[in-house]
Amino acid sequence: MRRAATAALLAFFISIPLWVANLYVLHVLIVTGIFTIAAMSLNLLLGYTGQLSLGHVAFFGIGAYVSSLASLGFSVHLAPDWLVTLGPQPVWLAMLWAIAISGFCGWAIGRISFKVRGAYFVIVTISFAEVVRLVALNWDELTNGPMALNNIPPLTVSIPGLIEFSFIGKVANYYLVLAAAIVAYVVIARLVHSQAGRAMIALKENEPLAMSVGIEVTRYLVLSAVVSAAIAGMAGALYAQYIQIVDPNIFLFIYTVTMVIMVVVGGKGTLAGPIVGGLIFGLLPEGLRSLQIQPELQWVAYGVMMILIVSIVPRGIVPALAHVWNDRVRAKAGPAEASEAGARQAAQ
Amino acid sequence: MEEFFQHCVNAFMLGGIYALLGIGLTLIFGIMRVVNFTHGELYSFGAYMMFALVMLLHVNFFLALPLAMALGVALGAAIEFTLLRKLRGADIDTTMLVMIGAWIAMQNLEQFAWSGVAKSVKTPFPATPLVLGGLSVAWSRLFVFAVAIVLIGGTYTLVDRTRLGRAMRATFQDSDAAKLMGVDIDRVYLSTFALGSGLAAAAGALLGPIFVVSPGMGDLAALKAFAVVILGGLGSIAGATIGGFLLAFIEEMGAGYVSSGYRDAMGFLLIILVLVVRPTGLFSRKERIG
Repeated sequence: MRRAATAALLAFFISIPLWVANLYVLHVLIVTGIFTIAAMSLNLLLGYTGQLSLGHVAFFGIGAYVSSLASLGFSVHLAPDWLVTLGPQPVWLAMLWAIAISGFCGWAIGRISFKVRGAYFVIVTISFAEVVRLVALNWDELTNGPMALNNIPPLTVSIPGLIEFSFIGKVANYYLVLAAAIVAYVVIARLVHSQAGRAMIALKENEPLAMSVGIEVTRYLVLSAVVSAAIAGMAGALYAQYIQIVDPNIFLFIYTVTMVIMVVVGGKGTLAGPIVGGLIFGLLPEGLRSLQIQPELQWVAYGVMMILIVSIVPRGIVPALAHVWNDRVRAKAGPAEASEAGARQAAQ
Repeated sequence: MEEFFQHCVNAFMLGGIYALLGIGLTLIFGIMRVVNFTHGELYSFGAYMMFALVMLLHVNFFLALPLAMALGVALGAAIEFTLLRKLRGADIDTTMLVMIGAWIAMQNLEQFAWSGVAKSVKTPFPATPLVLGGLSVAWSRLFVFAVAIVLIGGTYTLVDRTRLGRAMRATFQDSDAAKLMGVDIDRVYLSTFALGSGLAAAAGALLGPIFVVSPGMGDLAALKAFAVVILGGLGSIAGATIGGFLLAFIEEMGAGYVSSGYRDAMGFLLIILVLVVRPTGLFSRKERIG
């Protein structure tokens, strides 16, 4: 049942470019997909370890900048007489660099910010994102500052003598993003179902208790931050090579908010949650745009909808639907099975 | 030396503003456990009310200032009553997201109402600065500093000396116990949020006329207020005051002698440094780990 549903959903996503000819719709889906990947990575931190990071866009932006800089090449003075130069690298290598360096930043930032919890953690993560944005804005020599990095080459896959293929155009990028999303989903699913994942959930539920049974809390928090940052960096690299221009506005707080709202509305701590929330909040701005009202009022509506959805289903859509589904199962089944379903739900 | 003195003057003025912003945020944060993302919007609301009152309605500048602050108090009370009252007992993520939603809606409403063009407010201060033995200080900056000090002192007295203040402190320590002792929690929350909002609006109303009034001005102000709260510790008025002035001095000196592009990064770098060296914060007595 579950497998069949997953296969049907996958077939649906794969078939979309076959019957959607409108390039703008495909563009919206690609960008939605990229942010959904970022939301999935944030879910690992927010949903499974319970730490609300409001600086997640930092890793997304670092991924975008690293992959762009590596694929374009750069030369920068690290000291007045110390010039570091890197020639243009193949894009696939640049993207791997983006993933590695984002993951490293996740480690470094995690080590520092996991010293605090709760609202302090939230503020610290916002601060990190802001510092990274200011660096991107001011380090002209490396990042070109507000002038942006332009003409970022698209991903090219080549096996000498056999094939050479560039991901140019909407359809190719759609499949690239879909493939990346599947990879990210599998990595995250594997992680949360492993021993490390159970440790993360344990420390989310009750940190002192988790610590007392010998779970090294900081180690698992940092592990989740590294994986989460690396996947967010991958999403950023995909974004850069698709949009082909990166400027410091990529670090704007509103992108973090978008990721967080995708996770929370879909259902944090569920694998399907960020996908459901990602589709809703990826497509919502486009739906609001079709209302033909001023952009400011569209954003006002966005904010109001955010308040309403969060107030109505604070735990998210996927858990709420699961709840309704379980209730129905319970109503049909006998009392014995019902209590079993209830116990399973409680266990979740 | 002249330059250094000028930086000091600026730092004192900015420090007063940061302290006002930080005190408002730290009270709301400490007593209500709400990370108030609308704080920056209250700041820009105060500045826009100043613009509307002085430039459009031609109200006297010194009368407009308390009026703008009162409007900020009213708006804060309205936010508390319509949004936060329903969220008592909700987890911190839910409350935070509702406040982020409110922030997005308010900021765009503001941009819609006032357009994206920056506005300036005329001040009644003489253009010639006050000269004290070779050193000159602009009257407007002196005024901002003086009013900020009065407001900080007033808030401190309110929290430390009055019945309401005692109820606020009791709620901060243990809201359940305070409720059992007969403290009207709803009233404390409403007053706290309205007071914090009023202080943010006052900060905007003071600083708006010195610089310009624009729709995005609240974002940076909110980030600064967050930085002040981290530096000063949870719910501590004294900590927020010291934190505010400290942040202003570091920013001003950093911008003057290191790099002006990184001016706004100084505070955040300071936060990171504080966390590495002393994760409990500079002035907080309470643990914030775990």
